[in-house]
Amino acid sequence: MTPADALKATGLLLLVALLQVSWATPIEVGSGHPDLVLVTLVGLALLRGPLFGTIAGFWAGLALDVASLGTLGLSSLLLTPAGYWAGRFGEGTTRSSPYPPLVAVALGTVWLGLGSAIVHFMLGEGASASTVLGGVLVPTLALNLLLAYPVYRLLRRIFPVAARERREVILV
Amino acid sequence: MALGLVILSLALVTVYFRESSGGALHEAQRIAVSILTPFEVAAERVARPFQDAYGWTTDLLSAKDENEELQKEVEALRQQVVANETAAQENEELKELLQFVRGKEFPDDFDHVATRVLIQPQTVFRHEVVVAAGSSDGVRVDDPVVTPEGLAGTVTEVTPNSAKVRLITDPQSAASALVLETQAAGIVLRGPSDESLDLDRVAKTARVEPGNIVVTSGARVGKYESLFPYGIPIGLVESVSQRDVDLFKRIQVAPLVDFDSLHEVVVLVEKRRKG
Repeated sequence: MTPADALKATGLLLLVALLQVSWATPIEVGSGHPDLVLVTLVGLALLRGPLFGTIAGFWAGLALDVASLGTLGLSSLLLTPAGYWAGRFGEGTTRSSPYPPLVAVALGTVWLGLGSAIVHFMLGEGASASTVLGGVLVPTLALNLLLAYPVYRLLRRIFPVAARERREVILV
Repeated sequence: MALGLVILSLALVTVYFRESSGGALHEAQRIAVSILTPFEVAAERVARPFQDAYGWTTDLLSAKDENEELQKEVEALRQQVVANETAAQENEELKELLQFVRGKEFPDDFDHVATRVLIQPQTVFRHEVVVAAGSSDGVRVDDPVVTPEGLAGTVTEVTPNSAKVRLITDPQSAASALVLETQAAGIVLRGPSDESLDLDRVAKTARVEPGNIVVTSGARVGKYESLFPYGIPIGLVESVSQRDVDLFKRIQVAPLVDFDSLHEVVVLVEKRRKG
C-alpha cells in the first residue's frame, strides 16, 4: 500500500459516500438502490488486496455513516469484512478477467443485505423478510451488477496494477 | 487487522448507542457533518434534475400506450421539460409551503423554518431524512416537521446546518392523535406496511369511521406536553375493526404526506423558545 494509493482511496471513498447519499439513494427500483460505495470498495479490494480492502471498508463505512447522519460504526461493521473478503478473493483470481468483479460484487451485496438485516433486527429495527429479500436485495443486486464492471474498469485506471504483478497473477 | 477494525466498529456502535446525544462521538459526527453539509447541498442541487429525469424516465417506461411519434417528440424536448418541470415543481412546492405557513391552520405558537430534504431514507429499516436546516436556523431536537399536507415527523438530531428527521412512518415514531370528527383519542404508530399508520389505544366505545380525519391532539399529560401542536393533519382513517379479545379498536390510517416525494418541509420552531 503506497501513500499515494491511500490518499487517492481516502478521497475517492469520501466522494463516493457523498454521491451515495445524494445521488444513488433516490434512484429506487423496488426498495433497492445502487450501492456505489460497495461496488467501489470491492473494486479497490480486488485491485489492492485484503489489507487495503479492510482499511478501505472501515473508512468507507465511517464516511457513509457521517454523511447520512447514521449510527456511527454500523456501516463499517459490514463493509470492513466485505473489503477483506473481496481482497482475498482478488488475490486468487486474475485481475484482467471481468468475472471477479461481478462475483465479488454479487457476494458483497448479499452479505451487506443480509448482514444489515440481521444488525438492524438486533437493534430492534426489523423489516419483513419479503421486503428485505424481494424488495431490497434482488433489485440492489441487479443494479450493483450493472455497475460492477464499469466501476472496476474505471478503478483500474486510477489504481493501475503493476505489469510484473499482472504477469505473476496470470502465471498462477 | 480486519478483526481489529470489526471490533472497533462494534465498539463505535456500542458507544454511539449508549452515550447521550451530547456525547463525544455524536459531537464528532456533528462536526464532520457540518463540514460535509455544503458538499451534500451542492450534490443534492446537482442531483435534483437527474433525479427528476430518472423519475420522468421510469414514468415513461411504465406508460404502455405510448405513440411512437410522440415519443420522438418527447425525446427531443426531454431535457427542456426536465429543466422546466424541476423549476416549476420547486416553485409549486415553495408556493404551497408559503400558503401553508400563512394559512389559518398554521399553529399560532410556532414559527416556521422552510427547508429542503437533502438525504432521503437510506434503508428500509429506518425512515429518516436529513434536511438542510440546523441549529443555526433555530431548529432543535424534538421540533415537529410538517408539509402542507400534514405531519411528516420530528427532529431527532441537529448539527449547525442540517438536521435528522424521523418520519412518522418509522417504527420508533409515535404521536398522540385524535379523530377530528368524534374527538376519539389514541396514538398514531407505524402500521403493518411501510406506507401505513395505525391509530392505537382508541377505546372500543369510541366512534370512528373510514374517511375520518386524524390530527395531532397536542395532549398534555401531567407535566408532559405533546411534541406536536394541536390540529396538524396526519391521515385519513382507512379501516376500522375490533375483536372481542382486543382491548382497543384496530384502526388503519393512510398518511396524508407522500413520503416517496418528500422534497420541501417546514420545521415548526416554538416562538417562546425563539424569542
